[in-house]
Amino acid sequence: MTELGIPALRSGTEDVPTTDLKQTGKDFTSDQEVRWCPGCGDYAVLKAVQSFLPDLGLRRENIVFVSGIGCSSRFPYYLDTYGMHSIHGRAPTIATGIATAREDLSVWVVTGDGDALSIGGNHLIHTLRRNVNMTILLFNNRIYGLTKGQYSPTSETGKVTKSTPMGSLDHPFNPVSLALGAEATFVARTIDSDRKHLTGVLAAAAAHRGTSLVEIYQNCPIFNDGAFDAIKNPDTKADALIPLVHGEPVTFGARDDEGRGDKALVRDEQTGGVKIVATADVDASDIVVHDAHNDDPTMAFAISRLTDAGYLNTSPIGIFRQVERSTYDDAAREQVAVAKNGDAADRAARLTALIGGGDTWTVL
Amino acid sequence: MTHTAKQVKQLDRVIIRFAGDSGDGMQLTGDRFTQETAAFGNDLVTLPNFPAEIRAPQGTLPGVSSFQVHFADHDILTAGDAPDVLVAMNPAALRANLGDLPKGATIIVDTHDFTARNLTKAGYSENPLDGDTLAEYALHTVDLTGMTVEAVKEFGLSRKDASRAKNMFALGLLSWMYGRPTESTHAFLAKRFAKVPDIRDANIAAFKAGWNFGETTETFIVRYEIKPAPMAPGTYRNITGNLALSYGLIAGGVQSGLSVFLGSYPITPASDILHELSKHKGFGVTTFQAEDEIAGVGAAIGASFAGQLGVTSTSGPGVALKSEAVGLAVMTELPLIVVDVQRGGPSTGLPTKTEQADLLQAMFGRNGEAPVPIVAPQSPGDCFDAAVEAVRIAITYRTPVMILSDGYLANGSEPWRIPILDELPAIDPHFATEKNYGSGDGAEFWPYLRDDATLARPWAIPGTPGLEHRIGGLEKGDGHGNISYDPANHDFMVRTRQAKVDRIADSLPPLEVDDPDGEAKVLVLGWGSTYGPIGAGVRRVRKAGYRVAQAHLRHLNPFPNDLGDILRRYDKVLVPEMNLGQLSLLLRGKYLVDVVGYNEVRGLPLKAAVLADVIGGLVAEAEGIEVDLTTKESSDD
Repeated sequence: MTELGIPALRSGTEDVPTTDLKQTGKDFTSDQEVRWCPGCGDYAVLKAVQSFLPDLGLRRENIVFVSGIGCSSRFPYYLDTYGMHSIHGRAPTIATGIATAREDLSVWVVTGDGDALSIGGNHLIHTLRRNVNMTILLFNNRIYGLTKGQYSPTSETGKVTKSTPMGSLDHPFNPVSLALGAEATFVARTIDSDRKHLTGVLAAAAAHRGTSLVEIYQNCPIFNDGAFDAIKNPDTKADALIPLVHGEPVTFGARDDEGRGDKALVRDEQTGGVKIVATADVDASDIVVHDAHNDDPTMAFAISRLTDAGYLNTSPIGIFRQVERSTYDDAAREQVAVAKNGDAADRAARLTALIGGGDTWTVL
Repeated sequence: MTHTAKQVKQLDRVIIRFAGDSGDGMQLTGDRFTQETAAFGNDLVTLPNFPAEIRAPQGTLPGVSSFQVHFADHDILTAGDAPDVLVAMNPAALRANLGDLPKGATIIVDTHDFTARNLTKAGYSENPLDGDTLAEYALHTVDLTGMTVEAVKEFGLSRKDASRAKNMFALGLLSWMYGRPTESTHAFLAKRFAKVPDIRDANIAAFKAGWNFGETTETFIVRYEIKPAPMAPGTYRNITGNLALSYGLIAGGVQSGLSVFLGSYPITPASDILHELSKHKGFGVTTFQAEDEIAGVGAAIGASFAGQLGVTSTSGPGVALKSEAVGLAVMTELPLIVVDVQRGGPSTGLPTKTEQADLLQAMFGRNGEAPVPIVAPQSPGDCFDAAVEAVRIAITYRTPVMILSDGYLANGSEPWRIPILDELPAIDPHFATEKNYGSGDGAEFWPYLRDDATLARPWAIPGTPGLEHRIGGLEKGDGHGNISYDPANHDFMVRTRQAKVDRIADSLPPLEVDDPDGEAKVLVLGWGSTYGPIGAGVRRVRKAGYRVAQAHLRHLNPFPNDLGDILRRYDKVLVPEMNLGQLSLLLRGKYLVDVVGYNEVRGLPLKAAVLADVIGGLVAEAEGIEVDLTTKESSDD
């Protein structure tokens, strides 16, 4: 059991060679100068990942980071593993090829809200439904950073940016709801500035076999500073964050001696979803107990809807869903393995038989 | 039944076209006739032609599907310009194909569907079978459907199911007429319908009834004999381009020892490559049906990065979608095969028709200076060799390679001498395993340190300790491969990527020029599927007593090193293409040679007779002589 209450199933890194050598974050740090803006949330995530990777105990050469385009997509350059900085929105496709080709690799995708949800939205949902074994870190700063400040598919409606001087018109995506809608098997949300929570989620994501989608709230100090203030400010965050722990009643707000928050989630008979109530007003048995392993994603979806679409005053964090389902890459390799008759050495003989099949005739 | 005495006539070649509604099974009929003909030992070339709609409105002109087969007692190059025999299963099939028939052609019509309603659908105000509008043809009216229903009565099928076997009746009749061996069709039907014995037996009965009808009826008094064609020794089979290309990709995997990974999205006329490769997982082939064209190529690039042979197959519209990813493969210098089975464009264009109008897209259709080697097969069987060659280039030079096939090659077929694998090139992926820069403790791995001969960079796959590195779409510094915005470095890298592709030409054999006495003043230069019609046109001109040279390009980028000299050796260079002059543009730009284009974009292969006339005109101009192609026998394509 991890801290977040998730028992380990068949591991996502089960077929990846391990090492007994003592690794440190430094081993995973490349010689390239990190070039994000000062104060960028990406630094914190990079640091967390670099110091977390040694915990996996995997051979460094068997780890691959793939990214698309955007600020966060520079990530692979700063890690001393194999990596590819690809093209806008397409990282999940490339990672699908890598993960399907090689069961002995730990495959990671680093992407942003524009990369994953706008230009690459199609690939994201299809990767999730296929359940290809990889971990997707979706850095959500709710803005386009690298192109200097246009609204993104997660920006709140009415956002005034360079491209929307009168306010944006689009309704935003909720990445967690989207992933649950695509029947992702692992969906989590965490925050750049909460190293402990972030690391816990990363560990669970890496351990999950299948596509793990981790949305990371990440502050852009240049173009969208303060987007996450309510959930980061010590004065407000207890009321803003709804922590999800598998097997535990969902409460938040001011904590009592037993750690129970003064707000709680209960089912909403009217909408079929969930609603926030004062803990004191309800029977303890009515409080929703978080079940990340529920095969039916309905409750997880209902909880995800508590995320504000506008300015972020309320947001559940943690692992919304983790269920076991056969992965695309395992199944694809299984088909190849079943079909294989004989080894590589006799492929030539079988090829001769194949191309010489059908109706043939011989001219002497 | 009394047997009618039949004459036997010797022919050297015949072109038959089976035409019917798209639900009438004409492709199957043509394919079976072709297999029988291949087994008999004739040389042959086929041309399937069908609508994009799966079931276009029944009985209408757009719904007509046809299959043409040209077979001969000698080596032939095309599916033939004009059919000698048309089998028309309904009025629309007659009307849609009549214009292609020369006077005196044989027409066999299934009268059953010549009803007032069907005549109207086909746009006939009067029944063409009445009166004398078809007087200049040898018309045979036969109630194929009626006789089929009668022949399969004992199996108790519905009238609809019974009449569906009419294509087998027609096949039986034509098989009799041309003395085709029937064993393979019996075996085929037995296997195809093994699970539905009634249908199986009905089809076999209809096929036999068609044969027996020919044998006994007085309608047909002549049988024809076309002797087997002399062919080079070897074992042959009939093969379509898409099948040969699929086999070529598998062979490329076997020769290189790499597992093939196909990332693909279904698209006409390339889907059969996906279908075929998905059957061959036994060779370690993985097929990934992606969510779109981009995901197909993306996954293939990922597989290549991981050490497999990444392949993506598509047609022109798909290439457009994949362009950015192909640019990534250019930048990251990873092996990748992009198969473009060209079809009529632009946009959705003519999905089931052929064209060669993607050459410039393959050449230039990416942002920046992004050179991609291009190879093109020239016949259905040649798709195998083209695929193996593409794999050789992709792996040796660490580059995406475009294979430009087309709809005619994809679905057309010909006898193919089955290659002996030992004759194929060995392809060494030569994965990097060691650090390549500096020595001792300070040794490093530099992913862009190149091979002196090929300029290829090392291919270090994940899992190789010590060679961890990052690649990507940003410009890389020469050697170390870190991101570089340095102006001089960019200039150097752009030129180096070009130089690497140019250097492929050093590995190519000299271009073969067919110029029998070396005195021709006109050269005909082509690429891709025009090989057949050009060759046939050239033969006609030569048979009429004139001189013309022919060469055909397998490599469109880079061109063979000797191409410029060859072009300058001739007074006139004719470049026939199924586009508006794309190869012409490249040749003029590169060699400053004023080539003459002959261009058609009708969705159909070029016609040998037309090309012969064009070549004749150029010969007349170049040699200052009168050219008359009609005076001598010139029917030999």
